[in-house]
Amino acid sequence: MVRRLVHALLAVALLPAGVAAQGSRTVILSTTTSTQDSGLLDVLVPLFERRTGYTLKTISVGTGQALALAARGEADVTLAHAPAMEKKHVADGQLRNRRPVMYNDFLLIGPPADPANIRGEKSVPTALRRIAAAGARFVSRGDRSGTHNLEQRLWRDAGITPGPPWYIESGQGMGATLGIANDRQAYTLTDRATMLAFARRVSLTSMVEGDRRLLNLYSVMEVNPANGPRVNAEGGQAFAAFMLAPETQQVIKTFGVEKYGQPLFVPIAGKTDDDF
Amino acid sequence: MDLLVEGVWHALTLISRGDPEILAILWLSLQVSGTATLVALLLGIPAGVVLALARFPGRTLLVSAVNTGMGLPPVVVGLFVTILLWRSGPLGEWEILYTPAAIVAAQAVIASPIVTGITLAAVQNVPEKFLLQLRGLGASRIQMVRVVLREARLPMLAAVMAGFGGVISEIGASMMVGGNIKGHTRTLTTAMVLETGKGNFEIAIALSILLLTLVFAVNWGLTVIQQRRTP
Repeated sequence: MVRRLVHALLAVALLPAGVAAQGSRTVILSTTTSTQDSGLLDVLVPLFERRTGYTLKTISVGTGQALALAARGEADVTLAHAPAMEKKHVADGQLRNRRPVMYNDFLLIGPPADPANIRGEKSVPTALRRIAAAGARFVSRGDRSGTHNLEQRLWRDAGITPGPPWYIESGQGMGATLGIANDRQAYTLTDRATMLAFARRVSLTSMVEGDRRLLNLYSVMEVNPANGPRVNAEGGQAFAAFMLAPETQQVIKTFGVEKYGQPLFVPIAGKTDDDF
Repeated sequence: MDLLVEGVWHALTLISRGDPEILAILWLSLQVSGTATLVALLLGIPAGVVLALARFPGRTLLVSAVNTGMGLPPVVVGLFVTILLWRSGPLGEWEILYTPAAIVAAQAVIASPIVTGITLAAVQNVPEKFLLQLRGLGASRIQMVRVVLREARLPMLAAVMAGFGGVISEIGASMMVGGNIKGHTRTLTTAMVLETGKGNFEIAIALSILLLTLVFAVNWGLTVIQQRRTP
């Protein structure tokens, strides 16, 4: 009864906007903010649409939310960068066919004054322990994103439970978090793509990089149609196949060179987690 | 300071060049918020008139609800509309989540109480004696409503301005139900958040200037109509 009433009301409300049934030609991709903020999707989405005839809708949110949306069947395919969380969803049967697409790396960055004296340190846990010991400010995403997920694991590896007053949670995307870290002259963990995009705006510099723990691996997963009604399994499959196709991988390989003088992602279709 | 000057300068060149992407975003925002305001007027004006003129049990409760609704947080509306429109939600079969239609629906929900509340206040400001006179002259209900609306039409333009101004600058609901999809559901405000997140402050500033200009132009037009002839 209530449902019918809501239907009728919304039907009236929506008439002027021209509601069109989308059918199965629409694919919903849930993904992390870094793929969008880096501009990569702006290049890949039109390519996918032209090649397959599908309309792709990209929902860019933190990886935690992107995976949760996919697990609820609110998306058809997902591109994320939190291997541990992803594997859990795959094991639970909500997502399937997880395949690595590309990678880049995270950097531990900080103010040039380097109050915790970590510049050039090779091991991230050691660097984090020094930050904690010095009580130097550290800004965390605090938003269950892929970056936040990794950061929490790194603190665990360091054997430290970070907390106030020196540990600041921004609860925002990578760009905004870099702004806060810059303003507070604090350390933070960032992906390389976002750091390059902000290089002109922030005075923070790279402190620790190259640690194997800082690998940033992006994988594509299809949504199990059993998760909910109206999952477009075929469309999801088509996008996953597109991301792994040689032509797309070639585009990923050169993306960013023009603007930043170096590529932002390294394509790795066909590899598995064990190759790293 | 450099960023501000540079940003504004860059923004002005982007606008004067008529950047097609920015123009498309501007046009979409205008369409979506315009439609939402229209829907809100269709729902809010009758509701406001009824609440102002009719007397029935529970009326005070309803008026309080409308007054509360005038400050309805857009993110709350966004959250509930999203849940309703989810594939697994009660209206999932419509498949309109992440479309402009979904933003129109959410913004109409935000603007309707604003229009209702201002209409209510405008109609209640029509002097009681005037209503008594009308009734004494034997006006029918429909005739009364028409005359009252005519009397209240100038203050009610404020309802249009407040409703439109509220929804076009709203971000929480547009982001959640629209998804900020490029070329599809990216509005002025969601584009601003995205461009700021990307570090493209010039584009964000250009969009801010456009948003302010747009709201100003609409309000100016309506104010000219409103002030042309004071009653």
